[in-house]
Amino acid sequence: MEAVNLLSSNRYTEKQIGYLFISVLVNSNSELIRLINNAIKNDLASRNPTFMGLALHCIANVGSREMAEAFAGEIPKILVAGDTMDSVKQSAALCLLRLYRTSPDLVPMGDWTSRVVHLLNDQHLGVVTAATSLITTLAQKNPEEFKTSVSLAVSRLSRIVTSASTDLQDYTYYFVPAPWLSVKLLRLLQCYPPPEDPAVRGRLTECLETILNKAQEPPKSKKVQHSNAKNAVLFEAISLIIHHDSEPSLLVRACGQLGQFLQHRETNLRYLALESMCALAGSEFSHDAVKTHIDTVINALKTERDVSVRQRAVDLLYAMCDRSNAQQIVAEMLSYLETADYSIREEIVLKVAILAEKYAVDYTWYVDTILNLIRIAGDYVSEEVWYRVIQIVINRDDVQGYAAKTVFEALQAPACHENLVKVGGYILGEFGNLIAGDPRSSPLIQFHLLHSKFHLCSVPTRALLLSTYIKFVNLFPEVKTTIQDVLRSDSQLKNADVELQQRAVEYLRLSTVASTDILATVLEEMPPFPERESSILAKLKKKKGPNTVTDLEEAKRERSADVNGGPEPAPASAASTPSPSADLLGLGAAPPAPAGPPPSSGGLLVDVFSDSPSAVAPLAPGSEDNFARFVCKNNGVLFENQLLQIGLKSEFRQNLGRMFIFYGNKTSTQFLNFTPTLICSDDLQMNLSLQTKPVDPTVDGGAQVQQVVNIECVSDFTEAPVLNIQFRYGGTFQNVSVKLPITLNKFFQPTEMASQDFFQRWKQLSNPQQEVQNIFKAKHPMDTEITKAKIIGFGSALLEEVDPNPANFVGAGIIHTRTTQIGCLLRLEPNLQAQMYRLTLRTSKETVSQRLCELLSVFLHLCCVSSFPCCK
Amino acid sequence: MIKFFLMVNKQGQTRLSKYYEHVEISKRTLLETEVIKSCLSRSNEQCSFIEFKDFKLIYRQYAALFIVVGVNDTENEMAIYEFIHNFVEVLDEYFSRVSELDIMFNLDKVHIILDEMVLNGCIVETNRARILAPLLILDKMSES
Repeated sequence: MEAVNLLSSNRYTEKQIGYLFISVLVNSNSELIRLINNAIKNDLASRNPTFMGLALHCIANVGSREMAEAFAGEIPKILVAGDTMDSVKQSAALCLLRLYRTSPDLVPMGDWTSRVVHLLNDQHLGVVTAATSLITTLAQKNPEEFKTSVSLAVSRLSRIVTSASTDLQDYTYYFVPAPWLSVKLLRLLQCYPPPEDPAVRGRLTECLETILNKAQEPPKSKKVQHSNAKNAVLFEAISLIIHHDSEPSLLVRACGQLGQFLQHRETNLRYLALESMCALAGSEFSHDAVKTHIDTVINALKTERDVSVRQRAVDLLYAMCDRSNAQQIVAEMLSYLETADYSIREEIVLKVAILAEKYAVDYTWYVDTILNLIRIAGDYVSEEVWYRVIQIVINRDDVQGYAAKTVFEALQAPACHENLVKVGGYILGEFGNLIAGDPRSSPLIQFHLLHSKFHLCSVPTRALLLSTYIKFVNLFPEVKTTIQDVLRSDSQLKNADVELQQRAVEYLRLSTVASTDILATVLEEMPPFPERESSILAKLKKKKGPNTVTDLEEAKRERSADVNGGPEPAPASAASTPSPSADLLGLGAAPPAPAGPPPSSGGLLVDVFSDSPSAVAPLAPGSEDNFARFVCKNNGVLFENQLLQIGLKSEFRQNLGRMFIFYGNKTSTQFLNFTPTLICSDDLQMNLSLQTKPVDPTVDGGAQVQQVVNIECVSDFTEAPVLNIQFRYGGTFQNVSVKLPITLNKFFQPTEMASQDFFQRWKQLSNPQQEVQNIFKAKHPMDTEITKAKIIGFGSALLEEVDPNPANFVGAGIIHTRTTQIGCLLRLEPNLQAQMYRLTLRTSKETVSQRLCELLSVFLHLCCVSSFPCCK
Repeated sequence: MIKFFLMVNKQGQTRLSKYYEHVEISKRTLLETEVIKSCLSRSNEQCSFIEFKDFKLIYRQYAALFIVVGVNDTENEMAIYEFIHNFVEVLDEYFSRVSELDIMFNLDKVHIILDEMVLNGCIVETNRARILAPLLILDKMSES
């Protein structure tokens, strides 16, 4: 409270202290805020520059939302008014920045934006600095408005850089002209792409070259501050060059300059040089230049004392890795891993895994690398990494034998990591037969090797090993009894963990009961995995944050013309690799023959899905019949095949309707990317309005999901919308289309009317276009009651005692649409001798008559007696 | 943008702290201890930029005092590093060979100087004469 009182005093000293207190200690205490705001308002209006300055400082440093509301309008005016003092302008600019940052919506873009840009030309460099900060932030949100600032910034920058040391006297810091301002201007320029105007661009290039040249000249002063300031400007200039990425000469020069810094005495410079080089490595022009420094970087990795510099060196190695130096880099990273800090180990593991996979020419090297990785840093090898190595070994035949042998040898080491046991167990289970010929790795030895590690492992590993044992039973009948003994032992059958117990019991039973054929089918080799985006990459992105890795990856994706081409930009599936045992005993899903090589030639993992997912499948067979059945039926099963069942339930009222579509997953596997879409032709879209809510894209096995469709009949229509469903089942892609039974007669409402009215209207609709007649043979016995029921089911009211001929059926109703209501009259005349019907429809609109006649004929003709439930 | 500006001595006592982004008062002490811990554990040969949580620390040691500036990644590290030195030079000129005691006893003046140089997390003025002008006027007024 005292502080607020001080604010309102007239003496500068007291005011100063008051503001100081507030800016250091304020929080959103409501009482005080209002009082403070008042005091600030008074000060701003006072026109005394010192007071205004103080007030603006306070707003700038505190800048809460209430302040923004109060002052957002005034400050731009102060900023661009001609008569404000320079120091006030400075403060006002940064004040505006603060308010913009806290509440961007309250700061309107007015006509003051152009004047703000002009501030860049001001004499007072302090104002220019402040204005540059302001424009940098504003330009990031509205680049269009501040485009003119680019040329001004460039001219200002060139004036500063080329000035002699006596010009900018006060702002020259150890013989470097206005370093902070130069840095800020360069940052502003980074917000925009390289200028299109050639004059401006030429000036900018000149400027950048001057800065680069100056770095080469002998220093004007021995002091470290001079070189630091000079280098600050230099690094910012290099960032700008990298950002523009358009002038190869500049890029190469920058790279050379950074290379010199890599061996500089000062650690700071080495750190910054490594960081900038990381960004440079992404650019295509300088990538090769960067690679020449690889030895220096590796040396830095080994000898640097500072851990953050070493970290940067690792990042740079990752960035500059490509086919030519991949093996060297991976080897270096592995050796570094042995001594690395624990906090960064996981990241390095992921990076090594990604690099090894991407640039592996020979997959035996890849397997070696991953096994080494597990050996060195087993704890930090996350699940994705070893899933991936197993996926790759299974998908590639040539490396299976080698993998089995290497894994076997690795397992013989006295102390091996649990992850190695997991990988080893899996691979030996699948491919142990490939090395069984060698007496050193006979089946029994393999089994004993794995079993010796059994007790040391955690539950999931043990579960995996049990699966391996049963696979051994299949592969090597000679060890069957040994394994059965193990499974039979109490520690398995009565194990505390349910999973282990279940597996032991089931496997034991399977091995005793099943014949060799069944066993062989059940335990057949795993089929090749379908290609997915490497989940390792997704994990790395999550760890590092979006900035660093994505830029490198995307730059590389554009550059590399590999067949492997880097990870596809498909969404990552989070560890949805089928666990080894699930697929194995999934007797429902028949495993395809695994012995053949992966589908396409060219060796590397290729996407199995070659068809484009957007093509709509042709209508499923039988959909026409179903459709016809649904003309008068609102509930029932629309479509069914082995995988999917589609049920309908609909209700209609006047011109609106609602349909519930039920999708049932008949299998036990999940459907992924389940997308039902409603397709209407253009005419249909105009006449029928459909609204749906989206459906959850994953449908669990045995589950049913529901989709609601809201229907409105705008005007009469003839076609029916098509429901197209696409989803992924197992590894295959499914596409189903059915016609959705939304027909005109759904909007038919029965109307009762007396005989005279009927005939009156009948005569009114005597226009030949308004009448449609159809004569058709009756397919089924012509029973009166049933026919009556059908007509009612169709939606029309059955009018008794209207037609002079009692055998005839007469009906009337109204079709409701959004725009109009169309009255319809129908008369059905049966001819019992000829077993034929004559159907006459009269409505006020030709198309309606046509359509209704069609529908009713189909319906009467097609529907057999038993399948028609007379309900609406 | 500069997130905070700290002057901490080797024993961990904060001599000056200025936050440009609001941090709860209770959390400030914690932050300061962590920061000083990471700075003290560095040796001479290590570089002056530390990555700390989601921002970078740039520190510089002057005798027994550490000046630490926390920035986010929009700032040029070298420029901030030199800025710290510039600030110390300004203090030097005003106090004529500044020491830790000077700062402790004239905290308000140091705040005023810092306010002149940094506003809302951006460096606004680096010209020594211009920064010290209002302070010198103030001194003259209080003397007379």
